[in-house]
Amino acid sequence: MSDKPEKFIDENGLRLDGRRIDEIRPMKMEIGVLSRADGSCYLEWGKNKVLAAVYGPRELHPRRLQKADSVLIRYRYNMAAFSVEDRIRPGPSRRSTEISKVSREAFEPVVLTHLYPGAVIDVFAEVLQADAGTRTAAINAASVALADAGIPMKGLISACAVGKVDGQLVLDLNKPEDNYGDADIPMALTSDGEITLLQMDGDVTQEEFKKAIEMCKEGCRQILEIQKETLKNKFTKLDEVDISDEDEDVDISTIVESTLEPSEDEETEDQDEGSDEYQDDGSAEEDENEDDSVSEDEEEDNEDDLIEDSEESIKRINEDDPDDEEDDA
Amino acid sequence: MGNEVMSVLKKDYIYNLMLKGKRADGRTFDEIRDIDLRTNVIDKAEGSAWIKLGGTELLVGIKLQVGSPFPDSEGEGVIITSMELNPIASPDFEAGPPKEDAIEMARVTDRGIRESGAIDLSKLCITEGEEVWIVFIDIHVLNNEGNIQDAASLAAIAALMTTTIPGEREGRGEDMPMPIRDMPVSVSLVDIGGEVMVDPDLDEEAVCDSRLTIVSNQDGSISGMQKSGDGALNDEKLLKAVSIACKKASELRETHLLNI
Repeated sequence: MSDKPEKFIDENGLRLDGRRIDEIRPMKMEIGVLSRADGSCYLEWGKNKVLAAVYGPRELHPRRLQKADSVLIRYRYNMAAFSVEDRIRPGPSRRSTEISKVSREAFEPVVLTHLYPGAVIDVFAEVLQADAGTRTAAINAASVALADAGIPMKGLISACAVGKVDGQLVLDLNKPEDNYGDADIPMALTSDGEITLLQMDGDVTQEEFKKAIEMCKEGCRQILEIQKETLKNKFTKLDEVDISDEDEDVDISTIVESTLEPSEDEETEDQDEGSDEYQDDGSAEEDENEDDSVSEDEEEDNEDDLIEDSEESIKRINEDDPDDEEDDA
Repeated sequence: MGNEVMSVLKKDYIYNLMLKGKRADGRTFDEIRDIDLRTNVIDKAEGSAWIKLGGTELLVGIKLQVGSPFPDSEGEGVIITSMELNPIASPDFEAGPPKEDAIEMARVTDRGIRESGAIDLSKLCITEGEEVWIVFIDIHVLNNEGNIQDAASLAAIAALMTTTIPGEREGRGEDMPMPIRDMPVSVSLVDIGGEVMVDPDLDEEAVCDSRLTIVSNQDGSISGMQKSGDGALNDEKLLKAVSIACKKASELRETHLLNI
């Protein structure tokens, strides 16, 4: 790795990468990038490249993890082995375990968890290329992915770090500032400015810390705008496509069919692609895919008294569904 | 934190007490439970401390080994902190590899000591790029009555202050005391629906919205901070917590560390 630079901020008040002290790195976002996920977001922030995906709300297994009064949020922060200079060993580390925990807790205050008791929302954040500030980058992407998945939330979460170099506070640390700086304070904020994630290491005075919060708020405000813009771009476009949609007629017949069977609701639609594949296969394969196999079991239980014909027609309609999804993509 | 099954009634009880400015065990909001701290309790360890904070009890042992430095800091010693939430300490703890709570608390403790520069790591270098001292800080939780974090941090720095580097035993020159430069102290506060209170007991920990740990140093600067728990904090509450924590930390330092 490079050696510590002599100065982080030049005479003109510019940083090593040419930014002002209160300027964030350029950020780009794209959503709906993964077809199988319920929501997804790809984010580039400086040299960081992060991909976030949301699955759920879906059935949670093992059942003992289910929460009776709310949905369980699982958050997995993971770095790809090739994302940093020296290869890192794949799999969870102590660092990633901690980041996953605090990131999950950053979302708890905004997700309306009481709406889906017993279910789980899985958030996966994959760091493909790391260049300082990956946990905040992952949170920014995950926040948009959650919105993309249609998870009810009070608002978006935006995250940014403030650090200290050459005795001065700077917004959104770059790699050398992160490595050799005097402090690093990552924070995540709601759109109302409430703090949902806060970590810090380094050395700051109380006064500096107070100022850091203000700087971070300003950074997060800018990020929030980018997040909103990203979401607006997708969903205004979708409206136009959806206006004259014949598919809805097909859905009505599905609904008619499925009234025979009350618990056959939207959830099956999400999972049909997987479940069709091994409908006829042995139980060994079912075990491999916990989530799908379970809904399968339930379906079978519930369908005991269904007429075979209707079961088949449901299946047929399910097979049509993938095409609909392709249209969206 | 979510492990304890907590009745809604109990949550109401603690919340209502809070509204009256009281706590279940009669403490004020900025009052830390009684602390009993003893050092050099394990002879086999290079340094050790036993602490009882209220009912929470844990042991910290320091061991030193000769090893190779990290490639990016060849002239510095290494600190490795781990915590074990031993199943003897609570019905909620299970044997096995550390889970996220234990990892988080160990890492917060580690950052407090590392970032404050409490240990002069350059003095732990034996030959640059080849051999350095590796300091193992092992935190062994014996009984959990809440706020393991602060107990661990205080005991860890106390244990480090009594540590002797075993130069003779390892054939690396003479024994020397651990080069301590600062005394970082962590103070945790919980937010229970409006008010922040220091040193949460088990029930307060279970019902709190969020919890904030602040590590501060002798000169009043802050060297580590961690928010955990499912709630959100506003800055007013946060800044209040920081100022209480710094004040409490310096009291703890005076009563428990300066006489070691």
